[in-house]
Amino acid sequence: MKLTGSEILIECLKCEGVKTIFALPGGVVLKIFDMLHQQKDIEVVLTRHEQGAGHMAEGYAKATGKAGVCLVTSGPGMTNVITALADAYMDSVPLVCFSGQVSTSLIGNDAFQEADNIGLSRPCTKYNFLVKDVNDLATTIKEAFYIATTGRPGPVLVDIPKDVSMAKAEFTYPSSVAIRGYNPTYEGNKWQIKQAAEAIMKAKKPILYVGGGVVFSAASKELLELAEMTQIPVDMTLMGLGAFPGEHPQSMGMMGMHGTYCANMAVHYSDLVIAVGARFDDRVTGKVSEFCPYAKVIHIDIDPTSIRKNIHVDIPIVGDCKAVLRELNQILKATANGDQRDLRKPWWDQIRDWQQAHPLVYQQEPEGAIKPQHVVKRLYELTKDRDPIVSTDVGQHQMWTAQYFKLAKPNRWLTSGGLGTMGFGFPAAMGAQAAFRNRLVLCVAGDGSVQMNMQEMATAVVSKLPVKVIILNNRFHGMVRQWQDLFYEGRYASSYLDTTPDFVKLAEAYGAVGLRANKVGDLDAVLKEAIATDKPVVVDVPTYPYENCYPMIPAGGCNHEMILEDPPELKRRMAGAPSTGSNEDKDTILTA
Amino acid sequence: MEHIISVTVENKFGVLSRVAGLFSGRGFNIESLSVAPTLDPSMSQMTIVTSGDDRIVEQIVKQLNKLIDVIKVVDLNESEFVSRETALIKVHTKSEDRAEALRIADIFRANVIDSTPSTYTIEVTGDPKKIEAIINLLQPLGIKELIRTGRVAIAREAIRPAVSQPKKVVRE
Repeated sequence: MKLTGSEILIECLKCEGVKTIFALPGGVVLKIFDMLHQQKDIEVVLTRHEQGAGHMAEGYAKATGKAGVCLVTSGPGMTNVITALADAYMDSVPLVCFSGQVSTSLIGNDAFQEADNIGLSRPCTKYNFLVKDVNDLATTIKEAFYIATTGRPGPVLVDIPKDVSMAKAEFTYPSSVAIRGYNPTYEGNKWQIKQAAEAIMKAKKPILYVGGGVVFSAASKELLELAEMTQIPVDMTLMGLGAFPGEHPQSMGMMGMHGTYCANMAVHYSDLVIAVGARFDDRVTGKVSEFCPYAKVIHIDIDPTSIRKNIHVDIPIVGDCKAVLRELNQILKATANGDQRDLRKPWWDQIRDWQQAHPLVYQQEPEGAIKPQHVVKRLYELTKDRDPIVSTDVGQHQMWTAQYFKLAKPNRWLTSGGLGTMGFGFPAAMGAQAAFRNRLVLCVAGDGSVQMNMQEMATAVVSKLPVKVIILNNRFHGMVRQWQDLFYEGRYASSYLDTTPDFVKLAEAYGAVGLRANKVGDLDAVLKEAIATDKPVVVDVPTYPYENCYPMIPAGGCNHEMILEDPPELKRRMAGAPSTGSNEDKDTILTA
Repeated sequence: MEHIISVTVENKFGVLSRVAGLFSGRGFNIESLSVAPTLDPSMSQMTIVTSGDDRIVEQIVKQLNKLIDVIKVVDLNESEFVSRETALIKVHTKSEDRAEALRIADIFRANVIDSTPSTYTIEVTGDPKKIEAIINLLQPLGIKELIRTGRVAIAREAIRPAVSQPKKVVRE
């Protein structure tokens, strides 16, 4: 039987096991929406902006490990979703985005709502397709899902002209894909893995540096086995959080610009860095020429371009983290002589010294302004038994959450790492909630970034996605303010947000629940109430506005030269600053 | 250092822009680029002349390989290769210069492929130094227009010493 392009699309989605898509209609995709309306297998979450649809699909993908799917219209629909595509590309998120296109006869004519979707998305997708013939549609969609989810995952765009969505063709879904230019390597080179095993056995001060690749290849079990067997401490990148249990005695926490003192010192002074599914991003390495100067480097990654892109690698292993770690563990198991613990005792003594010298600290006065770190810490302690999924936006609150919310398992952490997209967290949380209706999904946001996709509150209410948004409200673009205080002599150029909206009233206006914690003493009760509410909740927490996020490696600095607290000069300047950040202090803030 | 990279790609729309976009997006150089279909019409062959230190060229090769429409990448500098470039040069020729233009063309084994009372169009093929040399000689006559194809290159086959066939032992 012949089906229209729209029906073929829906059948393909079913074959791929897609249960939920995030979408916003428009002229050229009306036929597809009409067909979606007449079926029950796939739920359509109608978003209020295409960027939201893209981030929801990302959140869905990060939480489930499967491809997230979004559907947008031509022209502005496409340009709006670009930020999400670029975000997914940087963070290797499997995503399939369907975009509408004007009819093939109109392409290139500057038709209404026409944009060059292929040209626009080329630099921010793993691959993109323009389907010109309905007979190619099913094969193209199969290839799109295959490319998005295999190798180093990433976003794929399928551009469907209006006439293709309406034309008919015989439907068969291909059972396999063969693309001659695309053959990702999964098994690592055995000889190289053996070299790695030998280096590990010899190393006195080794460190595991693990990234998002471990999460995407579901290699946490293998990582845990390797770490425990060899007694190697584990540093995680921002994207790697959850890949290794945060409370494990061998976890050093996050490394990099705002990583823990211990994590950064350990990588700097190590003699062997074992990078697994990470890409030596500049936020991790700091000054590249001074990164781990005493170490040999083993780099395990499925993407050959990641290897030797930023730093010299001694033992490169191209392959899937899970497959390579499994092989490596087997070799080590067969040869390890059991005294790793003794061999590495001096290293562990050193690490414990670093941990004790500079743990993560903040000072919460019982009657003073609420410290943002305290909110994250309490949130963690109150929810950890429920195995929550946590998303963040981008900025100080993101770093504090990364520091204090110690995730036990992978796929619980939704954050925008590479692109640093403010406005990511709230829709991403909703995407995860759409995948897991009964799980607790939290979004820690800043008052600045949450406003970048606030419109999706309507989606949360209508689509019954009961995410809990905790806004650390310092009335600043906090990270910008921190840099201005440290490097621009405290001139707050465009970082002070003045009267932000009343988030409680705003939530209520959307039909969600709005709560506020004004005092430290109220915090636990308010957070508990939010968690117990079976509706979308916004918790507004006014926090101390001048709290800075430490440790901090200034951009281009070395990993062992961290700023650990406000420099004396800044302390002097801040001595007279208002402590509450309430609106009455506005003049003081702007003249500070 | 200059490298010549030979890239086999899918022969379909948009592939050239993916390759060109990779170079511009990552700040790599393209000195010349030539593309045409191979014996198998479903594939095209690109010859890209680029430059960079070893680390950059390694990245260029890896990034090209990562493109889904790229089937094969060979850095020709890793072995022996031969390369050629063709130029079409339209030269102003006053009557007293016409013989000189022909003489120069002759020296370079170039062909005159079009002729008008005031111009010759000369076709010359060779390595870049040869092209530069003929351009330098023709310049005083007045070059009206110059088109170069960019280089194409091909790896040389390894020369194996001729192996004598083992003698057949015939047993009776």
